[in-house]
Amino acid sequence: MLLYSSLQNWLGNEWAWLISNVVSILLFIVVLLVMIAYILLADRKIWAAVMIRRGPNVVGAFGLLQSFADLLKFVFKESVIPAGANKVVFLLAPLITVTLALGAWAVVPVDEGWVFADVNVGVLYIFAISSLGVYGIIMGGWASNSKYPFLGALRSAAQMVSYEVSIGFVIITVLMWTGSLNLSEIVRAQAGSGGFWGWNFFSLLFPMFVIFFISALAETNRPPFDLPEAESELVAGYQVEYSSTPYLLFMLGEYVNIVLMCAMTTIFFLGGWLPPVEIGFLEAVPGVIWFVLKVWIVFFFFAMVKAIVPRYRYDQLMRLGWKVFLPISLVWVVIVAGYLVATNSYPG
Amino acid sequence: MLIALAFYLFAAIAVAAAVMVVTARNPVHSVLFLILTFFSSAGLFMLAGAEFLALILIVVYVGAVAVLFLFVVMMLDIDIAELRQGVLDYVPLGALIGLIMLVELGLALGVWAFAPEAASSVAAPVHPGLTNTEALGRVLYSDFLYVFQASGLVLLVAMIGAIVLTLRERPGVKRQSIAQQVGRLRAEAVELKDIRPGQGL
Repeated sequence: MLLYSSLQNWLGNEWAWLISNVVSILLFIVVLLVMIAYILLADRKIWAAVMIRRGPNVVGAFGLLQSFADLLKFVFKESVIPAGANKVVFLLAPLITVTLALGAWAVVPVDEGWVFADVNVGVLYIFAISSLGVYGIIMGGWASNSKYPFLGALRSAAQMVSYEVSIGFVIITVLMWTGSLNLSEIVRAQAGSGGFWGWNFFSLLFPMFVIFFISALAETNRPPFDLPEAESELVAGYQVEYSSTPYLLFMLGEYVNIVLMCAMTTIFFLGGWLPPVEIGFLEAVPGVIWFVLKVWIVFFFFAMVKAIVPRYRYDQLMRLGWKVFLPISLVWVVIVAGYLVATNSYPG
Repeated sequence: MLIALAFYLFAAIAVAAAVMVVTARNPVHSVLFLILTFFSSAGLFMLAGAEFLALILIVVYVGAVAVLFLFVVMMLDIDIAELRQGVLDYVPLGALIGLIMLVELGLALGVWAFAPEAASSVAAPVHPGLTNTEALGRVLYSDFLYVFQASGLVLLVAMIGAIVLTLRERPGVKRQSIAQQVGRLRAEAVELKDIRPGQGL
């Protein structure tokens, strides 16, 4: 904002807007990526703790610099492109994955007013971007011109398309409950009632929270739904032929998506940037701290699921998506709509 | 000026990608260019202020329809050289169809004139202050409710029809019934036998 007003004088409105936005977007991405580095470390540490191991503990104190060491390792390795691969598509795939994953953050409000694009169709935007995420994987799997990646890509595409359906219905119930497609409005609708009791988590939407959490695991190819890269059967799925920086980009995109899903869970069900209890000193804490804290808590459960739950079989995965989640969420849309009309409490 | 810049960028990409759809040698590349065309058109919708349409275009066409296209095209084993052979035979026919369409378009646009009273009857938005999504929702679920529901019904029938047409009941397939597995009691599943030494069951 400060930058905007100082640039406004000698560049005019439009260019000042452009430059100040680009600078703040770069800043946001840097902060996000540093957080991803520590989320990655936390993932490995939690996984290790469940297995009574130490986890990465060599680079830096308690292994705090492990992710940065990994980054350097990936970047300095030679990137191998298979002879039979379709070079352009092969290199485009990880780029698309990362770009889409980062692009989705444009509409995520991390605090009151802290959002790049406060658009009225924020939810739809997130949904659209996440439905594009399939392309990175399909293109990577196909362009590798190899059997395991192709099988992994097919599995992954089928899986992501299936679970998007139930995620869509979960989002619809949230929209009906809060009466807006704007992510900031969804958070504001959960304010009041003295703190956490107003969150969507503690309402008729609780079953939808469970379905959203599990679908988010499937959507981001996290264990127990990591069939696209099931190492015991497909080596590493669509990533088999990737090495060095392209592989790093795939990995990065995956984790950015995971954190995005945690942020979505926070916004839809856990009151976003709102403090858990509306008392003076808790409200004085900046909202962004609450937001990040909630994202970390949700991520902790993501990590615990990875450590504890064994991988699903493919037919079980499809059964869960189509025969369990889809009917339940469909019925729940009707129940929530019926409740809102019956009690005449629908918003807007 | 930024908006004009963005418009020309999206428009140029859309047109170039559309050309590449028909000229690309590899069918998978064609589908990928088709996706790029959809995406750029969504950008144009966005610039025109139709954000709901833009995002629905991406969700439906790019996120669902094009994925199926891509699936099918990737699974096909296409010999590109063989595919190229017959192209020249079809050029006259294609050119003829293109020409007819061009003439028709020219005729339609050439004789098209605004009725003098049309400009005044282009009404302002019915509900000023409503977002696109809300305005569309109000129209769809109040004025056109029956038509909307009927179109949903048609899609449902089409879906069931497609499933029925492709369903093959294969005998002798082992299926897992989760309810049966979970509903099994200990008494039915386990039996204790008292076996004498040296006798067996």
